[in-house]
Amino acid sequence: MSETTEPAAPVPGGEVDPALLEILVCPVTKGPLRYDRARGELVSEQAGLAYPIRDGIPIMLPDEARRLDG
Amino acid sequence: MAAPDPAAVFDRRLVRRRRDRAAATVGGVVPILEAAAEILLDRLDDTTRRFTRALDLGGRGAVAPLLRARGIPFVVSQDLSVPMAARAGGLAVAGDEEWLPYAPESFDLVIASLSLHWVNDLPGALIQLRRALRPDGLFLASLPGLGTLGPLRAAFAEAEAELRGGLSPRVSPFPELRDLAGLLQRAGFALPVADAQDLPLAWRTPMGLLRDLRAAGEGNAVAARDPRVPPRALFPMALARLAPEPDGTFAAPLRLLVMTGWAPHESQSKPARPGSADARLADALGTVERSAGERAGR
Repeated sequence: MSETTEPAAPVPGGEVDPALLEILVCPVTKGPLRYDRARGELVSEQAGLAYPIRDGIPIMLPDEARRLDG
Repeated sequence: MAAPDPAAVFDRRLVRRRRDRAAATVGGVVPILEAAAEILLDRLDDTTRRFTRALDLGGRGAVAPLLRARGIPFVVSQDLSVPMAARAGGLAVAGDEEWLPYAPESFDLVIASLSLHWVNDLPGALIQLRRALRPDGLFLASLPGLGTLGPLRAAFAEAEAELRGGLSPRVSPFPELRDLAGLLQRAGFALPVADAQDLPLAWRTPMGLLRDLRAAGEGNAVAARDPRVPPRALFPMALARLAPEPDGTFAAPLRLLVMTGWAPHESQSKPARPGSADARLADALGTVERSAGERAGR
């Protein structure tokens, strides 16, 4: 019989293509982004904003970003 | 997040909502968008350059497949609307042309087919796009120019003046050709060119034209639009003013303004520095050089 494997835990927001992660920057500061895989967000520490990912599509709109606390 | 900018001509959130809604209907107008994209991409065939990394801005499914067909392996499709980006055909990114999210030199080709005409800060968007290009990368864009939807604009203006004794913008303002080459130059593009090309289009009924504009997400998003519900008589009255062609169709040609610019690179031809010549102009012309104070013919 076929081997059963544990299904990989779904990544929130879906996987972003690595080629995109290489070129995306924060649209406000043009600074680097950190991929928070657990939350499904691209985080700009400089701007204090977290950009959501939906169905693998990064949503790089300042209006849609979550404000980081503190 | 921010309060609406009083200087903004277009309501960008409304542009986004219109494109969200149009994601389900744009398939019906893809042939028109493809015809416009082909006019733009024909320019690629004029250059011997090979491109490998393209950014498709607002292509709505009509541009990315054509870029792939031309052998470009890496295509990113950006749209203000998430569902529209998802169906555009490239690697999808939801983004705003006024807040471009790419590192410098990410692309060697940027294609904006009929997408920059809802941007408030066009000079700012062009500067950001130029920075996203590698040296010697190509920027190609088409915008609907002044004259596009001219009869429609006039018909609505006349009907509304008659019904309400006043006007409100119902058709987006479009740029003029002479503005565009200067804009490219100000944004730091080398060898800027702007030219116009007409795409002849006709509809069986005026309502068909309005339906297709909506299907493409091109409904009015002028910030100063009249928020009131238009009088019931406005649409029939305006559309009745449109005169059919002899064959009974309603012509609404699209006047495409095509912008071409290159990210600067040392290999490109440019004017020589003053005083850098190594031969005398007078020798080349076989004439005698006179100083500026002397009068010719004496």
